[in-house]
Amino acid sequence: MPRRMSLPFKGVGAHVLVARGPGAQHRAAMQPFSGLALLKRGLTGQRGWTPQWRSPQPKPVYDALIVGGGGHGLGTAYYLASEHRLGSVAVLEKGWIGGGNTGRNTTIIRSNYLFDESAALYDHALKLWEGLAQALNYNVMFSQRGVMMLAHTVHDMQVSKRHVHANRAAGVDNEWLTPEEAKAFCPPLNLQGLRYPVLGAALQRRGGTARHDAVAWGYARAADALGVDIIENCEVTAIRRDAAGAVEGVETTRGPIRARRVGVAAAGHTSVIMKMAGIELPLESYPLQALVSEPVKPVFPCVVMSNTIHAYISQSDKGELVIGAGTDAYTSYTQRGGLHIPSHALEAICELFPLFRRLRMLRNWGGIVDVTPDRSPIIAKTPVPGLYVNCGWGTGGFKATPGSAHVFAWTIARDEPHPINAPFTLERFREGLLIDEAAAAAVAH
Amino acid sequence: MNQGLRTSAGGRIDRSRALDFTFDGRAYTGYAGDSLASALLANGVQLMGRSFKYHRPRGLLAAGAEEPNALVAVRRDAARYTPNLRATQVELYQGLEALSQNRWPSLAFDLGAVNDLLAPFIPAGFYYKTFMWPRSAWRALYEPRIRAAAGLGHAPALPDPDRYANRYAHCDVLVVGGGPAGVAAANAAASAGARVVLCDEQNELGGSLLADDPRSAPPIDGRPALEWLDASLAALASNPRVTLLPRTTAFGYFPHNLLGLNQRVTDHLARPDPNAPRERLWQVRAREVVLAAGAIERPLVFPGNDRPGIMLAGAARTWLNRYGVLPGTRAVVVTACDAAYEAALELQAAGVFVACIAETRAGAAAPVWAERAAAARIPVLSSATVLGTSGRRRVNSIALGRLADGELSATQLQPCDLVLISGGFTPSVHLHSQSRGKLDWNAELEAFLPASSAERVRSAGACRGVYALAAVLADGNAAGSLAALDATARGRTAVWPAGGRGPTAGAGPAPLAPAARSSGLAGALPRPAQARGRAFVDWQNDVTTRDLALATREGFRSIEHVKRYTTTGMATDQGKTSNVNALGIVAHALGKSIPEVGLTTFRMPYTPVSFGSFAGPARGQLFDPVRTTPMHEWASGRGAVFEDVGLWKRARYFPRGGEDLHAAVARECLAARRACGIFDASTLGKIEVVGRDAETFMNRLYVNAWTSLAPGRARYGVLLRDDGFVYDDGVVARLAADRFHVTTTTGGAPRVLAMMEDYLQTEWPDLDVWLTSTTEQWAVIAVQGPNARAVLEGLTDVGLSATALPHMGVATGRICGVPTRLFRVSFTGELGYEVNVPADFGPAVWEAIWDAGQAHGMTPYGTEAMHVLRAEKGYIIVGQDTDGTVTPDDAGLAWAIGKAKADFVGKRSLMRPAMAAPDRRQLVGLLTADPAVVLEEGAQVMAQAGSRPPTRPLGHVTSSYYSAVLGRSIALALVAGGRARKGQTLYVAGPQDDTAVQVSTPVFHDPEGKRIHA
Amino acid sequence: MLLIQCPYCGERPEPEFTYGGQAHVARPRNPAAASDEEWTAFLYRRANTRGVHAERWRHMHGCGRFFNALRDTTTDHFLATYKVGEPPPGAPP
Repeated sequence: MPRRMSLPFKGVGAHVLVARGPGAQHRAAMQPFSGLALLKRGLTGQRGWTPQWRSPQPKPVYDALIVGGGGHGLGTAYYLASEHRLGSVAVLEKGWIGGGNTGRNTTIIRSNYLFDESAALYDHALKLWEGLAQALNYNVMFSQRGVMMLAHTVHDMQVSKRHVHANRAAGVDNEWLTPEEAKAFCPPLNLQGLRYPVLGAALQRRGGTARHDAVAWGYARAADALGVDIIENCEVTAIRRDAAGAVEGVETTRGPIRARRVGVAAAGHTSVIMKMAGIELPLESYPLQALVSEPVKPVFPCVVMSNTIHAYISQSDKGELVIGAGTDAYTSYTQRGGLHIPSHALEAICELFPLFRRLRMLRNWGGIVDVTPDRSPIIAKTPVPGLYVNCGWGTGGFKATPGSAHVFAWTIARDEPHPINAPFTLERFREGLLIDEAAAAAVAH
Repeated sequence: MNQGLRTSAGGRIDRSRALDFTFDGRAYTGYAGDSLASALLANGVQLMGRSFKYHRPRGLLAAGAEEPNALVAVRRDAARYTPNLRATQVELYQGLEALSQNRWPSLAFDLGAVNDLLAPFIPAGFYYKTFMWPRSAWRALYEPRIRAAAGLGHAPALPDPDRYANRYAHCDVLVVGGGPAGVAAANAAASAGARVVLCDEQNELGGSLLADDPRSAPPIDGRPALEWLDASLAALASNPRVTLLPRTTAFGYFPHNLLGLNQRVTDHLARPDPNAPRERLWQVRAREVVLAAGAIERPLVFPGNDRPGIMLAGAARTWLNRYGVLPGTRAVVVTACDAAYEAALELQAAGVFVACIAETRAGAAAPVWAERAAAARIPVLSSATVLGTSGRRRVNSIALGRLADGELSATQLQPCDLVLISGGFTPSVHLHSQSRGKLDWNAELEAFLPASSAERVRSAGACRGVYALAAVLADGNAAGSLAALDATARGRTAVWPAGGRGPTAGAGPAPLAPAARSSGLAGALPRPAQARGRAFVDWQNDVTTRDLALATREGFRSIEHVKRYTTTGMATDQGKTSNVNALGIVAHALGKSIPEVGLTTFRMPYTPVSFGSFAGPARGQLFDPVRTTPMHEWASGRGAVFEDVGLWKRARYFPRGGEDLHAAVARECLAARRACGIFDASTLGKIEVVGRDAETFMNRLYVNAWTSLAPGRARYGVLLRDDGFVYDDGVVARLAADRFHVTTTTGGAPRVLAMMEDYLQTEWPDLDVWLTSTTEQWAVIAVQGPNARAVLEGLTDVGLSATALPHMGVATGRICGVPTRLFRVSFTGELGYEVNVPADFGPAVWEAIWDAGQAHGMTPYGTEAMHVLRAEKGYIIVGQDTDGTVTPDDAGLAWAIGKAKADFVGKRSLMRPAMAAPDRRQLVGLLTADPAVVLEEGAQVMAQAGSRPPTRPLGHVTSSYYSAVLGRSIALALVAGGRARKGQTLYVAGPQDDTAVQVSTPVFHDPEGKRIHA
Repeated sequence: MLLIQCPYCGERPEPEFTYGGQAHVARPRNPAAASDEEWTAFLYRRANTRGVHAERWRHMHGCGRFFNALRDTTTDHFLATYKVGEPPPGAPP
């Protein structure tokens, strides 16, 4: 927590008014957040604050419903209201908002994907991240600390360099570092006696991390201020369709709600929701585990990922080392997995960063990630008129949150995809137009 | 410094063994059996830490794993520095060096405490509301400062030299917790003949019994409790079917009754055995589990409740009875629970003046306690509440009053240096909850208790709300017997069928009566207007009642939201002392009941566990297995530089003198082209496909037509996935009508065999085929080059003439007197052979060929030269020139497809529209205008020069080398509609400028293929 | 680390096995005749059941054989394991 309180109070409020980025012009309805406001209310015990979002009763009918109150769903509602001026929008969340993968991921943000379609999508998100705190007037703590991806074999180097070149052509920053440059950028990195030596690294300086809860809350607060109803503890139990087969609403644990447009952003539970409309998707849901260490003083300046030995790590603002593991081998909805999975991740971390061997795991948890055959998402219309789906983010959904929400809102509002998500259809699997990011991991000779 | 607060006698410390230690450089002494906390306390040290956010001075709240305040670093040497340890869990040893944390410049005087003054302006979640302007300042200014202020201890500065071990174990009954319930359970299970593991996080088994006053503790089985304990433990220790694990924390409960245990082996020793691991991770698969984890005393939440000297009543009993330390001289007891009376009486008997007992409950304590308090002349103030406390680095007074029907009366200021608090007990249901067992709120006990189980587990004793010793023993005994019975029952499966165990988690309904009176309080004490100061809920993270109120005011209604917004319960103690109080406060604020608000999820680990313990021995060369070929020694003897390919080590090149990669590779390539080279191809995957239906199987699997392949012939085979993309390739030899020798890529061998087994077992089980991996049965020696025949002729009985063994011919015979499968195949475009011999003979045959080769200019070459040689011929490498999105036609392999075949794996997918699109990326050659320029692999191919991002490249360079034999650079690339672009000039984008290239055939050398048929 | 009942070898820990995805997804007898829809369903569409899931496992580091299992994906408890070719226990014959 900061010792220093000399904040540029002047202009914070003002900045909010001129904040560029979607929705900023509607800020009026919201209690502005600023250092000045904190100082003022501090004199009266911070009593003046009101709920960041309401807890409304569901209305009988909305223009659009978003199923799933994670970052993607809340963001979609926010952009529907702020950019597409949809009259009435509700987000239906079966639990508490941000309680799924939004609140369970390792918060890595990058856009150095191999294929042009992916790079365009994730870089769209990255650009929105850069102004998100100001657009939402909520500090999502986006920290562009740099994401460094290690190469351990000749094949790794070929793949990494292909990424570097492809990204450069696509206008996405990504640069190649020698092992020495990699260590200079991340001093705790060990280069000695490794089973798989570090032969170099690809670095995206614009990449980094953000505060995951703040993303959900920030979107919720901003969307709520624009009239979006955020309805928690409201589980969708059925999707209702008219004689023509088009969507006319949903059944929920809080009663039926009518709407001609329903967007599903339910991550690991997407298959369950879509089955209600008779749609089977190319999706499988796997447990994905992550963990944090006890908080320590700043020791890790960036994000480091190693696909070859399967681990990624960063340090949070609170001081915890945030470490991701791979998915468990089998599909599951339990939000937990086996001990051998985090153990393997820590083997890799201790190999790359032997300084951290005596640090201790504080918390381990699991999420449910929905994975497509080509490891790319689906952001598209469905065979059912009025039903839209945003899923298949696998282990990489958090980084895409603003971009995904932005183009999904467009798709729902105009009943046609934004150019950026046009390639991410359901049909691509039938036609063979896959966007196979997994291919980059193709095992070599 | 003397141990002024040590009692004259008693406790479980060994007063004959004094131990010297330091804290922040200052020297102290304690006794064997002390914890760092008890030793410091005995030396009059109360201030042991600073809180996370406000840097408030803090002393001991608790005596065990739940301690939130006394976090220290222990330093054995520069590399053995461990931060964030609880002083209550650090065993004292001679020379122990402990350091305080999160303070500057010193623990006593910490500038960080300025945050405390700013507290009104930095409430829960303040950082979400500010630091947003200007945009760039977050990274440049605010975040670095926030980070510098955050964190507790420092990470070690040097790599950890210690070892960590790993052990797997199976048992009938695992008992977690060595208190009375656990020991009773272990006794019962063991005497029923079960294989038992009993673990406890403390250095000594006994749990709550260790904190009792031996003189007043109730007897067990008619003898003093500690005698019973010693006898029971002796019996267990002498039972070969029982494993006792002290200093071992059961930290995690995983599916199907697998528990993770962390055993601390050497941290408590002054001079650890250098051969012993520091910690050992146990993974115990238990048929039945008995949780006897006990309960944690709950603090009371009132203004100023966090000053040093304010501690849990039970902790005070531990200091006194277990460690022989008087935690103060003048005490005030504030309680909502009978247990604190016992502490008051014991401390008074030990010489502490107990000024009064502030009874916060409306009703009085159980008559027995009221009477004993009266007899001891300790005044009891009923319906009491706390208005505040004072004292900077230690409490020196507490303001009390009586609060009845909102009326405050009988206010009094009590001077004191010790305040004992007790809000009742929180059963440790962590592991039960981790196992996905259900919890029910028990209003009587103000606690969540285990309900139905999801695994084969039952709880016993205090961890399910059974507190009275007699009941605890009976409960543990019953749980142990039942567990042993279930564990050894016939036809049992390891895990519960879906649905889990029945209604109750224990041996029977928990007897409430004995405990009911000592219910306690979940929430905060009523706060009169006159009260002053903040009331802390989470000590370590500095979460106050105001923070929780703010969170609810701001609309955070789910307890998960409140937790994340205020960080309550998210400190290194995981909310052991704070969660239930936080729940009570939030429930009250929301006007809901505690069960309505719910409980946050319990996550592993129960207490923090070293990374090293999880990683175990996996480090350096033990991180992953290393696979080497039979000729590995020969290659390393020749100074080969190796590369990692999967688990394999492969010789990449053989530098001579001061050669670099390029010089060595150029020399090796020329040797293979002009004389002959020898290459170790043993890592190639090999699968023997045998059986009546072997041909049918191969026809269905690979794209090629195998029917026309006669025995004694080989063919280049291409394998697709059913999605139509190239998956693997390799030479396939037919040795007999019913026998194929299939080779795969080095990395692909396991995947290909798994895929073959998948189709054979699940799609075509009717086929009579056997699959055997023979990768490690054969050493493979490739002899390539114009002189290859001359080299081998004298060594083998296989006829090598162009007619006897033409290109793609295979023969079996003997070489150097050992059996061989001799392939005439070439991945270089030269006359070449691949000599397969049984792996054990590999080195000998290699040496023989090497000797014979000397007369013919033989040179060993590595994988890099192999890559160049094959690229000169336009032979692809799957995974380098293909990437999982490439069809056979894209790679120029359409010729390999058996057109007449009705089906093969992947054929149907090739019929999809996108797979035949004209703009698909196809494999072509690229020739730079300047022959000296070698393109970078992965570089993007553009239609125009100087195209600026974002652009849509036509494709990318997949392979690029300098070809010594051609005297120029060559490259392979995947280019959109590439084959139609032959002769066109395209541009390869570089960081600075673009390189003009001409599209060519991918075959650069000997396009007519004369040499290969020589 | 699950404990899995191999129908041929008995109870073994998860690391001995590889997961084979949804069970009873049969490859079309005559792929050439299969419609794009049928082929896409075979290649990619999965039930991804929340509840009792029929799935394939292979005892990779044991007998090497594939078998099927019924597992509740909300608890990870196995209800049954059975050999390839056998119908799921409880399924109508």
